[in-house]
Amino acid sequence: MDVVNQLQRQFIDYSASLHREGFLDDQFTQLQKLQDDNSPDFVVEVASLFFEDCEKLINNMARALEQQQGVDFRQVDASVHQLKGSSSSIGAMRVKDVCVAFRSFCEAQNREGCLRCLQQVTHEYSLLKNKLQTLFRLQQQILAAGGSIPVVE
Amino acid sequence: MESCNCIEPQWPPDDLLMKYQYISDFFIALAYFSIPLELIYFVKKSAVFPYRWVLVQFGAFIVLCGATHLINLWTFTVHSRTVASVMTTAKVLTAAVSCITALMLVHIIPDLLSVKTRELFLKNKAAELDREMGLIRTQEETGRHVRMLTHEIRSTLDRHTILKTTLVELGRTLALEECALWMPTRTGLELQLSYTLRQQNPVGYTVPIHHPVINQVFSSNRAVKISPNCPVARLRPAGKYMPGEVVAVRVPLLHLSNFHINDWPELSTKRYALMVLMLPSDSARQWHVHELELVEVVADQVAVALSHAAILEESMRARDLLMEQNVALDLARREAETAIRARNDFLAVMNHEMRTPMHAIIALSSLLQETELTPEQRLMVETILKSSNLLATLINDVLDLSRLEDGSLQLDLGTFNLYAVFREVLNLIKPIASVKKLHVSLNLAPDLPEYAIGDEKRLMQTILNIVGNAVKFSKEGSISITAFVAKLDTLRDSKAPEFLPVLSDNHFYLRVQVKDSGSGINPLDIPKLFTKFAQNQSTGTRNSGGSGLGLAICKRFVNLMEGHIWIESEGLGKGCTAILIVKLGMAERVNESKLPYMPKMPTNHGQTAFPGLKVLVMDENGVSRMVTKGLLLHLGCDVTMVGSSDECLRLVSHEHKVVFMDICVPGIDSYGITIRIHEKFTKRHERPLLVALTGNTDKVKKENCMRAGMDGLILKPVSLDKMRSVLTDLLEHRVFFEAI
Repeated sequence: MDVVNQLQRQFIDYSASLHREGFLDDQFTQLQKLQDDNSPDFVVEVASLFFEDCEKLINNMARALEQQQGVDFRQVDASVHQLKGSSSSIGAMRVKDVCVAFRSFCEAQNREGCLRCLQQVTHEYSLLKNKLQTLFRLQQQILAAGGSIPVVE
Repeated sequence: MESCNCIEPQWPPDDLLMKYQYISDFFIALAYFSIPLELIYFVKKSAVFPYRWVLVQFGAFIVLCGATHLINLWTFTVHSRTVASVMTTAKVLTAAVSCITALMLVHIIPDLLSVKTRELFLKNKAAELDREMGLIRTQEETGRHVRMLTHEIRSTLDRHTILKTTLVELGRTLALEECALWMPTRTGLELQLSYTLRQQNPVGYTVPIHHPVINQVFSSNRAVKISPNCPVARLRPAGKYMPGEVVAVRVPLLHLSNFHINDWPELSTKRYALMVLMLPSDSARQWHVHELELVEVVADQVAVALSHAAILEESMRARDLLMEQNVALDLARREAETAIRARNDFLAVMNHEMRTPMHAIIALSSLLQETELTPEQRLMVETILKSSNLLATLINDVLDLSRLEDGSLQLDLGTFNLYAVFREVLNLIKPIASVKKLHVSLNLAPDLPEYAIGDEKRLMQTILNIVGNAVKFSKEGSISITAFVAKLDTLRDSKAPEFLPVLSDNHFYLRVQVKDSGSGINPLDIPKLFTKFAQNQSTGTRNSGGSGLGLAICKRFVNLMEGHIWIESEGLGKGCTAILIVKLGMAERVNESKLPYMPKMPTNHGQTAFPGLKVLVMDENGVSRMVTKGLLLHLGCDVTMVGSSDECLRLVSHEHKVVFMDICVPGIDSYGITIRIHEKFTKRHERPLLVALTGNTDKVKKENCMRAGMDGLILKPVSLDKMRSVLTDLLEHRVFFEAI
């Protein structure tokens, strides 16, 4: 019991910290609400889909921006748009913010700015991935210990 | 003495006289021989000598004479007979030739003399031609001077420059000592010295105009020589020198008033200026004819140039005036625009400012009505509500009118039930009419279509206003409302020449007549009825209420509906009829029966609020698609996912009740899909509701969605509660546009 309580408290603190630091926002909470007996791994599934998507998009963008002659900004912009959509659907606030800045650089056709934003996005994404993986591990530990995942408001 | 055959001369050879004779004979012979030689020499040299044979003859004569004298030389001494015979022969020959020559000369000499006379004649002729040539040259030069002067004079359009240039150029051309121009004064009784050549500042000498010399000059258009003692010619200080000759010429001054369109200027009322030209004093120069001609021509040219200058001055003055007027008009227009803009700004502000408190008052009063009140309180609240409603109407009217005038008002066209409009009007007016004990009857023609396309609200407003007026201004009697479809002949009204109705297939003209038996209107007042704020005070109704805007607004609405409204009345106390014609579109019979929808669930937070509701979600983004699906699954819906527009069109069926489309992805033509889905499902109740999901808050996008035919718009991110309430609203009202 103690272990479960401890784990649960850890989970709550960690969740709160993620929200506080701006990694996640309200949308993530909504997603968590959708998780029920019919779809117990809803959040994890959505998160994995998000990670896959992210990696694909980041690779696309890196390749497009590496072109020495004539960067296709429209393609980059399309990818950023997708990324922004995905991140806002999952509640990845920081990633979404970088995407907003990224889009304005795309519109201005500023290659340097885009490269910088891409770096930032990659950074934020890897941070988020780590944090979420930690969170999910905590969840699994709680479940393994026989407890239930506390609902964080 | 020997007897020889010699002949002795008469005289002794040693005599002095003999010696001199001898010498003379020698010289004569010499001369006689050299003359023909000279002649031959010179004739050979000259090309023309018509009398060669005469020359030969003359030569022979001379040679023989010479020979005679030569031979004579020998006769001074004792000479033989031979010499004597030769001598004799020579003499005889000489005599013969001389006689012949003499005879010839009788013919020749007159000829030679005639040559001389011809020569003299030609010389005279040449002298005459020379003289004429000189004359022509002087004339040509004069012409050149005139042209140059004219050019100088006409090259400027300034009056003073013209006159000054004239004097300067004339002075230069004719080498004048002094040149002056006398202009008539304003009174016309004196001539004033206006311009002179040498003196820089003409002192205002004036000379009375009725001087015999001046009259003489004015009466002819030629340059007239005048005496240097004449008052106009006394331009130089009197000196000891002999003044040069003076000539004066008139310069006609033409005024604009002299030019009439059809007749040329009358010569009798002309004013003249006087130009005086003085040759240098102490010179023997005289005025030549060509110089006088020059002066006359110049005077004419000056007149023309002056008239041009006058015309130019006039036109410049007119142009300046026009420019001033233009500036003033521009200023006035700008002021008017500023005023209009200020009024519009004011109205816009007042619109908002007035409506907000009104809204608060009305809302709170109606809320208050719902609560527990005492009868007195209820009455008070009802009065507050009524008054505030009235005020709200007034505000709306004023704003409507101003918007109507700006032309910014547009009709809200839609399909509506025409019969229902009339029924509504009747219901609204019945209470008031029954209070006044007026009987209201409604007569709808059987061929009046049930449905029409037009602005329902404003049509009702207009009809209500007219009927309301009828009720207001009737103290007793009845009011009849008739409505029918207007035929072409009834459409034409002589009172409205601008109203040209055009019949077309999908439109019809609705004609509404409201006849009352009330106080009537003076026919003279009828035109004023439709003007703003003009109340008909003569009716003397104290409780008329309302502003005078009603009919003005009605007229504007009717105009917008391409119709016409007018009032007929036979006079005071004879009631009046208001007639209204508007153009409405024909509507197809639409089945307005309510479509089956989900019964309204109480808003519980149960998870299966929409059991089995089939929905289609179209989203390109995998993550957001999954999230939306999760939301809808949680709410119990049966979700089909598609990732592209083609898939969406393929899979959409009448079983799906709602289609959620993400429209903020570039590259998806969501409006196109909407239209295609509309086309696919022609029956309204079969078509699923189309809802757009977007992350952008764009008013334009929202309008585009509405226009394309979407039934709803939701902003992402969507929370669970939001989705629940949206679906509820959507299924009940069949439309949900989130406020942006």
